[in-house]
Amino acid sequence: MKIYIPLDSAAKAVGADDVADAILLEANTRGLDIEVIRNGTRGMIWLEPLVEIETESGRVGYGIVDVADVPALLDGKLESLGVVEDLDWMKGQTRLTFQRCGITDPLSLTDYEAHGGLTGLRNAIAMTPAGIVEEVTNSGLRGRGGAGFPTGIKWNTVLGAQADQKYIVCNADEGDSGTFADRMIMEGDPFTLIEGMIIAGLAVEATQGYVYLRSEYPDAIDIMEKAVVLARAAGILGADVLGSGRAFDMEIRVGAGAYVCGEETSLLNSLEGKRGVVRAKPPLPALEGFLGKPTVVNNVISLATVPVVMEKGAAHYADFGLGRSKGTMPIQIAGNVKFGGLYETAFGLPLGDLIDKIAGGTLSGRPVKAVQVGGPLGAYMPRSKFDTPFAYEEFDGQGGLIGHAGVVVFDDSTDMLGMARFAMEFCAVESCGKCTPCRIGAVRGVETIDRIGKGDTDAIELLEDLCETMKDGSLCALGGFTPFPVMSALQNFPDDFATKKEAAE
Amino acid sequence: MSDVQTIEIMQGILARHAKQEGPLLPILHSVQAEYGFIPVDVVQIIADHLNITRAEVHGVISFYHDFRDAPAGKHIIKICRAEACQSVGANALSDRALEKLGVEWGGTTANSSVTIEAVYCLGLCACGPAAMVDGKVVGRVDGAKLDKLLAEAGA
Ligand SMILES: Cc1cc2nc3c(=O)[nH]c(=O)nc-3n(C[C@H](O)[C@H](O)[C@H](O)COP(=O)(O)O)c2cc1C
Ligand code: SF4
Ligand code: FES
Repeated sequence: MKIYIPLDSAAKAVGADDVADAILLEANTRGLDIEVIRNGTRGMIWLEPLVEIETESGRVGYGIVDVADVPALLDGKLESLGVVEDLDWMKGQTRLTFQRCGITDPLSLTDYEAHGGLTGLRNAIAMTPAGIVEEVTNSGLRGRGGAGFPTGIKWNTVLGAQADQKYIVCNADEGDSGTFADRMIMEGDPFTLIEGMIIAGLAVEATQGYVYLRSEYPDAIDIMEKAVVLARAAGILGADVLGSGRAFDMEIRVGAGAYVCGEETSLLNSLEGKRGVVRAKPPLPALEGFLGKPTVVNNVISLATVPVVMEKGAAHYADFGLGRSKGTMPIQIAGNVKFGGLYETAFGLPLGDLIDKIAGGTLSGRPVKAVQVGGPLGAYMPRSKFDTPFAYEEFDGQGGLIGHAGVVVFDDSTDMLGMARFAMEFCAVESCGKCTPCRIGAVRGVETIDRIGKGDTDAIELLEDLCETMKDGSLCALGGFTPFPVMSALQNFPDDFATKKEAAE
Repeated sequence: MSDVQTIEIMQGILARHAKQEGPLLPILHSVQAEYGFIPVDVVQIIADHLNITRAEVHGVISFYHDFRDAPAGKHIIKICRAEACQSVGANALSDRALEKLGVEWGGTTANSSVTIEAVYCLGLCACGPAAMVDGKVVGRVDGAKLDKLLAEAGA
């Protein structure tokens, strides 16, 4: 009997390891012949630990499983959720990037290949660098790390640059609250990221890659490091990638707890062993990146999506989506929701459907007040904007951004003045210090919001001014986008800023 | 001046990172793994080895939240303070933790058993409030679970 128990850190955080131990112990006592496989997560975090047992009709799921449920589980007496693939949540998705996540053993190359792995790389090996770049360009894939810049165009710049050494740098700093897609794919299907980086290397003629992985993700670091060793041993990484005669190797680098190091130039400085201060652009990292050499800096999901593009073809991928937002987006639903987790779907789903239908509304059962999309620098969207389709241009048109597609839900007990204050405080803590509007502005921002909180309405105008200055005068989006959460809170929830005044009077 | 033992340990660490490009962060992580913090003594050794100034090494150490210049408590508990965790009660949880321990963020209890730190997102945002104890992740933390974690850590 095969039993699957996720090793994903969200599953571990709610007891998956204990459940796995209990199952092994109980099976041993009973003399049962079982094989426990630690898979990635399916993304239904609200059901974790989600245990699956292989049957003739498919993998049957049980969740939330507690250690105390284990005897009943092995007796066949625990109530099941049914075949996991048939659950509404799974059926509603279009899983391209996450096609294997939760299904396979993340560290089994055999499993990986049996489920389509390495097909994309083999296809790429048969192509010219320019051919690979063209395929990725035609897929319409845009950077999933935030800005949505077309990946193919970035690669083309690096391909065109002349240098003795080029690099692929994977941005795995995933610092936004409400985001965990990078972590989930690295823990659940690490080879797809490795494969994507090799394809990127072949495409731009880079032979060395780095994954800059945040230190807050010890489990992801561990799995990625093991996966690199396995890939090297199997001849997938190294001097002769799958016998192609071309070289590509990579290393996992661990960050040191600075949000700003997710910004690509700050990341490069950090990788070089310097303070993670943002660099002015130009020069673009594509031309002068790591150690001054042409460098592709791409997000984890951007790179992890490349294998499926090369496996199924650009047209297949580009067929999904809405307008210029092509393909699928792994949306991360978090915060105060009933059904939190990762949901990969084609771009274009209305925000409200995501919150009310897929996420099932709030966990607390109270009305939804606001949704913050795009991390700490994203706007707070009120219910009145719930018909906005989930896509780059459409969100932009509503004064929001989708960023890394983290969706954080808040119920009506949330104090939006407090959230605006937090945004400023976060900016102050995490500022790299290079420019004044961000470094000083954020500190003054906290003070100004405190004044508003004490009933000083004159300070509202000051806050607006300050946000303008930060927006116009900051070098990078940390200072430049902090006004999004602050101003959207102020504009969409004015009562939370005004009632304070009445309370104080 | 650093003692013989420090020099020996550092030679081992530096050798391990000799082949890396831009090795300062990995070196500092190794030093902290060895000592639990970055001792003042090793700064000069690292600077000499990488042919940069002492000030540059210090500048890097002080820039990043992870590196500490003094030993922490026996256990390090991190509590997520970011938005998704706030939406399910992280603020109350943080207040409770700080009050029980009688310290501020970054502080260590009088019996040196626990250092408490703020962290901004552990990627457990769909099962918050989230915490981390000595590198082990914990999700769906409520008051009772927090008290248990603190007690287990000897606070
Ligand atoms: C303050 C700040 C933090 C960022 N953090 C991340 C991050 O954690 N991960 C990421 O992929 N991109 C992050 N970005 C965006 C990167 O600068 C860059 O656009 C991205 O890595 C490019 O990859 P892509 O084209 O694949 O999206 C951040 C940007 C800023 C301004
Ligand atoms: S906006 Fe802030 S984080 Fe960005 S470069 Fe300026 S000081 Fe640094
Ligand atoms: S916001 Fe707390 S773990 Fe992500």
